[in-house]
Amino acid sequence: MPDIRVRGFAGRIDAPNPFWLASAPPANCGEQIMRAFDAGWGGAVWKTIGEPVVNVCSRYSATNWNGQRIMGLNNIELISDRSVEANLRELAEVKKRYPYHAVIASLMVESKRESWHEIVARAEDAGADGVELNFGCPHGMSERGMGAAVGQVPEYTETITAWVKEKARTPVLVKLTPNITDIRTIARAAKRGGADGLCAINTINSITGIDLDTFVPRPNVDGKSSHGGYCGPAVKPIALNMVQQIMSDPESALPLSGIGGICSWQDAVEFILLGCGTLQVCTAVMHYGYRVVEDMAEGLENWMRSKGFATIEDMRGLSINRVTEWKHLNLNYKVVAQIDEQKCIGCDLCHIACWDGAHQCIHLDRVEGPMNGHVELHATPAAIEERSRTSITITPVTRNERAAAASGHGPYPTPLEKIPRVDETECVGCNLCALVCPVDDCITMVKVDNGLPPETWEERNHGAECLEPQRS
Amino acid sequence: MSTATLPDDLLLREHFTELKPPLAPQAAVIEANRCLNCFDAPCTGACPTHIDVPGFIKRIASGNLRGSALRILDANILGASCARACPVEVLCEGACVMHRYNRDPIQIGQLQRFAMDSFRATGEELLTAPRASRNLQVACIGGGPSSLACAAELCRHGASATIIERQPLPGGLNTYGVAEYKLRAADSLREVEMIRRMGVSFRFDSDIDSAETLEELESEFDFIFLGVGLGAVQRMDIPGEDSPGVINALELIASYKTGRIREIKGTVVVVGAGNTAIDAANAARRLGAETVYLLYRRGERDISAFDFEYEHAKQEGVQFLWRRQPHAIRSNERGRLLLETVQVCEVDGALSPILDSHDTIECDFVVPAIGQSPFAQLVRDLRRIEVHSGRIVADPATGQTGNPRYFAGGDCVNGGREVVDAVADGKRSARAILKIAEAAYA
Repeated sequence: MPDIRVRGFAGRIDAPNPFWLASAPPANCGEQIMRAFDAGWGGAVWKTIGEPVVNVCSRYSATNWNGQRIMGLNNIELISDRSVEANLRELAEVKKRYPYHAVIASLMVESKRESWHEIVARAEDAGADGVELNFGCPHGMSERGMGAAVGQVPEYTETITAWVKEKARTPVLVKLTPNITDIRTIARAAKRGGADGLCAINTINSITGIDLDTFVPRPNVDGKSSHGGYCGPAVKPIALNMVQQIMSDPESALPLSGIGGICSWQDAVEFILLGCGTLQVCTAVMHYGYRVVEDMAEGLENWMRSKGFATIEDMRGLSINRVTEWKHLNLNYKVVAQIDEQKCIGCDLCHIACWDGAHQCIHLDRVEGPMNGHVELHATPAAIEERSRTSITITPVTRNERAAAASGHGPYPTPLEKIPRVDETECVGCNLCALVCPVDDCITMVKVDNGLPPETWEERNHGAECLEPQRS
Repeated sequence: MSTATLPDDLLLREHFTELKPPLAPQAAVIEANRCLNCFDAPCTGACPTHIDVPGFIKRIASGNLRGSALRILDANILGASCARACPVEVLCEGACVMHRYNRDPIQIGQLQRFAMDSFRATGEELLTAPRASRNLQVACIGGGPSSLACAAELCRHGASATIIERQPLPGGLNTYGVAEYKLRAADSLREVEMIRRMGVSFRFDSDIDSAETLEELESEFDFIFLGVGLGAVQRMDIPGEDSPGVINALELIASYKTGRIREIKGTVVVVGAGNTAIDAANAARRLGAETVYLLYRRGERDISAFDFEYEHAKQEGVQFLWRRQPHAIRSNERGRLLLETVQVCEVDGALSPILDSHDTIECDFVVPAIGQSPFAQLVRDLRRIEVHSGRIVADPATGQTGNPRYFAGGDCVNGGREVVDAVADGKRSARAILKIAEAAYA
């Protein structure tokens, strides 16, 4: 069985597995965290500890999509509203009962050296295995000069990280905000400040939607709203990009705890392949409870077994170098779409997507006979629909009519006129048809051997550099 | 004046609870989200009126319910009754690509009903072109689906349309002939009322039964649309057919739907195995008949009823007697009917009685349901309109008959199909009439 234990993350942090609760409501108190550990979580980053806040009501809002709840979750909740003493007392209790689980104290105090020294010392005295500096909270706290107000300025990040490092005996992790042009500028600052590890990403500034009856954006606090922090499945692609940026930059790269929309073992594998050593999860737990970790951990183990990886370190970072700059991509690589007639159900979404959204090369001409070439040669989608809508159709009422209507479509499950055809001479290999096709493996992108050697844009332009834009 | 209505009959409601109860709003949205939104969708192609099915379904998903209903009504003015009465299994839902994907087709009929019910609940009326903005007068003979669709389409485009109906209530078979657990007469009448409010005129209790009445119509109207349907249920031509207790299937259905029959006791034998036979047999069961037989001269695999109708009848407790023909009807001393039947066998497609296979069923009602007789005789005799096998001959694309001022559609042309086929015919005729008128007045 693969070993998914975490050993020496950011120097000294161990955990039974890489799945940690992110600093958020699921890690609000000791009672919750202990239940989470019982459910299978390997660690927890305590809901940010600092001077207690007063929260507003209501606090969360979500983006639903096509009937699925919480594609993205938004919150305007602040850090812990409980006293530092209560939080640290419970932290000590958790560490006593779960000595082998990772308990990280997320911290946020005013930007004074003494304040940081004091809180770090108290957290470590309580038994924290590490501290996470919350430089990412995008709402509320930033207005008070904390959270993202620190994490958006490299100098502040470096300074405060260095203050903490003066005092800390345990690994210091800096949590990064994505609400910045280039996350590497802050990652580099944290590294310069001596951080032992990074956590990315924090939530993204967002307004999830507006109540169309009251015109008040959500969440509604007595007729007004405020921008919040966006998380959940919707943000995963943004998080993965930032994780890759950090881990591929030598001045930024540090042990990284990946955060951002992790809901499944596949998500977890992706973050690890881009270099993360641990994973932090919040939204999936807020949606379904601590039990989601079971499938995440099992799925990760089963995938590792199928691929022959013994430990997380064996697979960590394997995809970092598979991301490159556009100019290094092979211009002579060619794929075209291929439709499996036996799998096609005749929804023809590929046809309309290609015509309206791509390169007009998927046609419904299998009955009339294939005709390759430019757009003008083919019936437009509107003409095809008009033909159907002006045709005369009758209800098959007799046995014979019904039998005729249901009788075979030749060799395919779908009538031939509904099975689209790809004009490979015009197909640019964009993937769109394969993306919209609802049937697994019905449309595949097949490599075409064009006999050309690999050549990148950089090579084709003899190493021409992209010039900096001129300032007037 | 609003369209006449029927009193709400609680007993009828109880006996004929809906086969498919309406979808709740959230269930409708979840179902709507399952729809793949196919291009040139097969469901739309399979619908005789070519309703933009993914179009109205995605409007349900988005919460644009008004747009959804208008999308339906644009193609099919009887969208509400078609949602209930259509055999969707052999139409839109039968064509759904989901059969080849995750099996269960989208519940298109139920979603259409949801959209139409939501629209009705708003009380909003349909917008039409300014009333009588065209100088075009059309009479639609018969108040059933094809005439309603024809008249509504004409009215929408500013023409004047008048429906001439010999019954006291409009709607034709939608009101009098569809099983109540599918389409309530009250719902049919509500739909007709919507069409009346669009500006369609109605004349009730007026029979077009002579050369004079037709000539009057010709002098009053520019075009005449024949949506007269079919005639009475065919006779079995056996002795005793006119005994009390013999009631044809359409008469039985119309009677219970309008409250004239409230209860049936005893044993009922329905003769025939089409969809109407099944409707009548199920109705007899629901009205209280202890035993209902359905007598058919051929076998189970030959019935013309849809498979789901046959399954439904079995669930209702209807018993099937295969390869048996009625021979004669007598009465016994207790006033019950004795239906003499004979077993038949099929030799080279022809049925012949089997010797010594006579059997007598003692019953209380015999219900012939062996197809409707043609009704087109009158028109042919009077107006030189070609009739073939009892059906009016009309151009399928336009509904125009051999007499260019006469158009026809629905059962009197197709010999008896579905409501949706009649609506498609009526709509096509209206469009053809508008086109001819436009060319003439241009």
